[in-house]
Amino acid sequence: MSSHNTVSFSEARRVAVFGGTHGNEMSGVTLVNLWVKNGAEIQRKGVETKPFITNPKAVEKCSRYVDTDLNRAFTPENLSAPGGDDLPYEVQRAQEINRLFGPKGSPEAYDVIFDLHNTTSNMGCTLILESSKDHFNLQMMNYIKKAIAPASCPVLLNEHPLLKYSTSRSVAKHPVGLEVGPQPQGVLRSNIFEAMRVILKHALDFIELFNEGMEFPPCTVDVFRVSERVDYPRDANGNIIAMVHPNLQDCDWEPLNPGDPMFQTFDGKTIHYEGAGTVYPTFINEAAYYEKQQAFVTTRRETLVASAIRKA
Amino acid sequence: MEHVSLPALSRVAICGGTHGNELSGVWIVREMQKQQVEKVGSISITTVMSNPRAVEACKRYMETDLNRCFTDAILSAPVTDVTPYEVRRAHELNAQLGPKGSQEAMDLVCDLHNTTANMGLCVIFTTFNWISLHIYKYLKRITSAPVRLIHVDVPLSDAHSLDSLGKNNLSFEVGPQPNGVVRADIYNLMKEALDHLVDWVQEFNSGITFEGGEVEAYVFEKSIDYPRDPDTNELTAIIHPQLQDKDFILLKPGDPIFLSFSGETVKYEGKELYPFFVNECAYYEKHIAFHLAQKTILTIPSVSVEND
Repeated sequence: MSSHNTVSFSEARRVAVFGGTHGNEMSGVTLVNLWVKNGAEIQRKGVETKPFITNPKAVEKCSRYVDTDLNRAFTPENLSAPGGDDLPYEVQRAQEINRLFGPKGSPEAYDVIFDLHNTTSNMGCTLILESSKDHFNLQMMNYIKKAIAPASCPVLLNEHPLLKYSTSRSVAKHPVGLEVGPQPQGVLRSNIFEAMRVILKHALDFIELFNEGMEFPPCTVDVFRVSERVDYPRDANGNIIAMVHPNLQDCDWEPLNPGDPMFQTFDGKTIHYEGAGTVYPTFINEAAYYEKQQAFVTTRRETLVASAIRKA
Repeated sequence: MEHVSLPALSRVAICGGTHGNELSGVWIVREMQKQQVEKVGSISITTVMSNPRAVEACKRYMETDLNRCFTDAILSAPVTDVTPYEVRRAHELNAQLGPKGSQEAMDLVCDLHNTTANMGLCVIFTTFNWISLHIYKYLKRITSAPVRLIHVDVPLSDAHSLDSLGKNNLSFEVGPQPNGVVRADIYNLMKEALDHLVDWVQEFNSGITFEGGEVEAYVFEKSIDYPRDPDTNELTAIIHPQLQDKDFILLKPGDPIFLSFSGETVKYEGKELYPFFVNECAYYEKHIAFHLAQKTILTIPSVSVEND
């Protein structure tokens, strides 16, 4: 690890907090609505922090989306698609969000976007990272992890060329996903709500310290790198024939070894994991992923090195 | 209490997907239909996917809550072009499993539900009947989760739930499970309860006498809504962490029930009662944060099948 290569970033002046990217993930919807009314809690010196409901129609219906998943909609094709009002609602929203907070990939884009999500999976407070080379985000996540210790905060790295998806937050230079669970869709649980609030507080504290000139020394960050999507077993007609096994249910981030029970058929038989080695599953039994053919995703543990950073 | 003889239960209906996103019942009914379960011993079993469109969409309902459509008033009103989908479906189900209150109705209707609340296994019945109470007593042998009895005491004409179509009625309410998710532990629990129900009915039909006794029941008394902004109607507080997941634990005056977004605790005021359906997803729109019940002891007679 070289301590000579300090990476400089410009001050993070423009920060957004997105809620309601999925309209039935209630912690983010509620927090952002509160902060739109009174944003004192999320303000930091020298930072303009904008709370924003990304999918208001889905929020009103308390459904994940109206036409298509907003958190998959920020592809280059969608962002440049002509058609205006004829486009699916979420594609129109993606273009609007890209205008307000982007354009994605340009120097005018927002510095940081926090996207607030809930999951029915037992993932605790997970931070989602989109690039292993984003030293600013790595340092932020290191800061958050230390701030909440001994409580833990797993970091999910989704850099997989096929499984990576075009998120709302990807419009920003430094996209950060907050995924807190387990919480049913449409339900607001106090413990989940408070946990998300605390994580975001530490994240904003980090930004304030960074902007004030604090230098963050090199560090390592343990992450779980997305490896493979595992679907439910299905019959010849594509119907699901088994459920996540009771031994795997709620065991996000715990090792799954070859031979361990993985699924239980509706008539009671066990299907075992037959991978080559130990993996760390997550997003186990997420309600929204039945239609995306995903029972869980496997990850592998990795340690990333973050360079020292300071403001330019 | 004197022994009671009751007619055999030869026609039993098992219903799932009354709410399309409560998945244990959906998958149990699908599995039973796949296995072509139609006759078990002396019992003829009808499996019903109550709300197929809602199941397809994985939503609680399409236009209106199907499980509120079985009052006499709704079932007797004529169906027109503007009748909501679920009301039409209620009329169809009444023809198939009822008519409600008549001699042709199913002997027993069991409706399968899930809740996001931490309620374990609850047997819910509306119209008083010894059969449902004896089935509950039989289900107490289950050890993998708490098993409780809830009585929603309304006259048959006002009973709005699907199971009220049967001469004997009960629902299984199993939680906690998120909408749109099937958890193996919850599925297995509901399946176990259903298997015991079928066993009991077979034994009953075969002439076995079931001893009476006392059973504990929770009788619905009232509901409490969330604190709301008077202008926008939006929530200003959520279920307090000390009440969350504490269904059926006695609530006393002064106990915390809500935590406001600004951190204030709202305390319970009223008589000591038992909360249930605490933080049920579907009840936000019905303005219910939780229900409250009195605990009571019911005495049930011994029962056996009447000889023809």
